[in-house]
Amino acid sequence: MEAALGLMRRMPPRHSETTLSALLSLLPGHSSDLLSQVDLPLQVLSDVDNGKKFILCEYNRDADSYRSPWSNKYHPPLEDAPYPSSKLRQLEIEANDIFTVYCEQYYEGGISSVYMWEDDNEGFVACFLVKKDGSKTGQGRRGYLEEGTWDAIHVIEVGPDEEVTRYCLTSTVMLSLTTDDVSSGTFSLSGSIRRQMNMNLPVADGHLSNMGKMIEELEGKLRNSLDQVYFGKTREMVCTLRPSNEVVQMRLPTS
Amino acid sequence: MAEEETELSDEQKKGIAKWFIINAPAGEIQYVAKDLKSVLKDDDVYNEAAAVAFPIYNKSHLISLKMPGGYGDVLVTSYGELQDNEYLDPKTAQVAIVDHVKQVCKGVRPATDEELPSPYIEEYRYALEAELLKYAAEAYPKGSCSVYCTNGKDVEGPGSDFEFVVVISAARNSPHNFCNGSWRTIWNIVFRDDIQILELKGKCQVGAHYFEEGNVQLDAKRDCRDSTMFQGPDETATAVVYLIRRHENEYMASLEGSYLDLSDNTFKELRRKLPVTRTLFPWHNTMQFSLKREIRKNSESGSCAISERHKSQFP
Repeated sequence: MEAALGLMRRMPPRHSETTLSALLSLLPGHSSDLLSQVDLPLQVLSDVDNGKKFILCEYNRDADSYRSPWSNKYHPPLEDAPYPSSKLRQLEIEANDIFTVYCEQYYEGGISSVYMWEDDNEGFVACFLVKKDGSKTGQGRRGYLEEGTWDAIHVIEVGPDEEVTRYCLTSTVMLSLTTDDVSSGTFSLSGSIRRQMNMNLPVADGHLSNMGKMIEELEGKLRNSLDQVYFGKTREMVCTLRPSNEVVQMRLPTS
Repeated sequence: MAEEETELSDEQKKGIAKWFIINAPAGEIQYVAKDLKSVLKDDDVYNEAAAVAFPIYNKSHLISLKMPGGYGDVLVTSYGELQDNEYLDPKTAQVAIVDHVKQVCKGVRPATDEELPSPYIEEYRYALEAELLKYAAEAYPKGSCSVYCTNGKDVEGPGSDFEFVVVISAARNSPHNFCNGSWRTIWNIVFRDDIQILELKGKCQVGAHYFEEGNVQLDAKRDCRDSTMFQGPDETATAVVYLIRRHENEYMASLEGSYLDLSDNTFKELRRKLPVTRTLFPWHNTMQFSLKREIRKNSESGSCAISERHKSQFP
C-alpha cells in the first residue's frame, strides 16, 4: 500500500487516472483503501430536472447512482437510497446556493456542488467541490490556456453542535494547465496537493459561515503555495539546469 | 467494487509494469522500479518488464553514464546505439557496454573502423563537437553532449548529403530536496550538398518534478528550425553552434516568460487570487443572505413569515 502511494506521488499527475486504474488492477484487495486515499479529477453529470451540472464523488454515490444537490434525485434513479435528514438537506441547499456565488467570484465560472450527510457521532460531514475548465474552449475568460483544469475537493467534518464546535477540513487541489504557441512551444504544469486545517469556532456564527471561511482560507493557501512554492521549485530546477545569466547578457543589448 | 475482477495475466501485468517504468519522471526510475516491484510481488514479471522498459526510458531520457577507464561520460541514445547494450561514444571512439536496468556502464571497447565515420565526415563531426563542448560547458553546468553521424558516415568527399544529430542532455537530481529535472535537446542537421545549405531542426524538452507533500510536474517542449551555409568544417561548426546557442537562449527566455505570465495571467484562468469584488467573500452575510432569500421566496408565494427552520438552524 505504501509503495502504491509512493507511485501515485511520483507518476505524472496528468496520468493520475491511468496510474490509479493500473494500481487497482494490480492490487484488487486494496481497492477501497486506494479509492479513499487517492483523489482523481472530478466527473460531472447534468440534473434531469433542470439541466444544471453537478459533480460526482464518493460522497454522493450509492451503488452506481449519484445524487444531484439541485433536485436531490439520484441519477440514474435508485430505490432505498440514502438521503440527508431534512434539516441537513436544508443546510445543503443553502450551501449550494452560496457556494455558487463564491465560485462565480473566484472562478468566474466553473461547476460547484456541496453534499452533506450525518456522521456517526452526532455531527455531520460536508463536501464542497469545484470543477473549472479554464481552457480557451472552456470557461477561460482571457483565452490564455490551451488546456486548463482545476478540481478542488474540500471535506469538512463538523463535530456535534456545541457552543464552540470543532471543524476539521481536508482540502485537495488538482490542476493542470498548458499554454501553446509557436514562439514558446508547449508549456505544461500539472499537480496536486492536499492540506488540513482544524478550528474550533462559535456555532452562533452559523455553520455555513464557519465552513466557508475555512474553505476560502485554505483554498487560498493551496493556490498560493502551488503558485509560489510548487511552480517556483520547478522554475528553480530549470534555472539550475541552464543558468540564465547568459540569457540576460545576450538580451541586454537589444532591450 | 473490484471483487468481480479476475486475476490479471502475466502479460497484462508486464504491460502495466512497462507503463510505469517508461513514464517515470526524470531521475526517478529507480524509485519507481522499487515501488513497482513491491506492488507486483512477482520478480519474474518485473524482470521481464524491466528488461524491455529500461532501455526505452534510458534512450528517451538520454541518460549519461560514466565509462570505466577515465573515458568520461557516454550518452545512451538511439543515435549511438550499435546493439541493444552497446553505445558509441564518438568523442573517444569507444563503445560503452551498458547495463540498462542497473544504469551503469560495465565496460568499454574501442570502436571498429566500420563503426566510425570516414575521415571527411569525421572532420566536420569533430569540429562541431569541439565547438559544442565549449558551448555546453558554459550553458549547462551538469550537461553532456554528443555529435553523431546518422546518415552518410561513409561519404568520402564533397558531392553527397550527410546528416548529423547533436544531443545535449542535462539532469539534476536532488531527491533530498524532493526535486528532479532534466533538459534535453536534439538537433537534426542535414548537410545538403546540392544546394550547399545546412538544415537544422531542433527539439527542446524540459521536465521538472517537485514532490514535497505534493506532486507537481513541469513538462515543456518546443520545436525550432533554422538553416545556414555549408562551409568548411570549422566555419560550419561555428555557424551551427551559434544557431543552437541562439535558439536555446531564446527558449530559456521564453520559459522564464511563461513562468512570469503564470502568476499574473495564466493561473487566473483557473482561479483568481481574490474574488472579482477584490475583497474576501462575505461569509458573515450568509446568514442574512439565506434569511433574505427565504423572505423573498415566501413573499413571492404570498407569505412574509421567516421560516422557523432557519431560526432554529442559525440561532
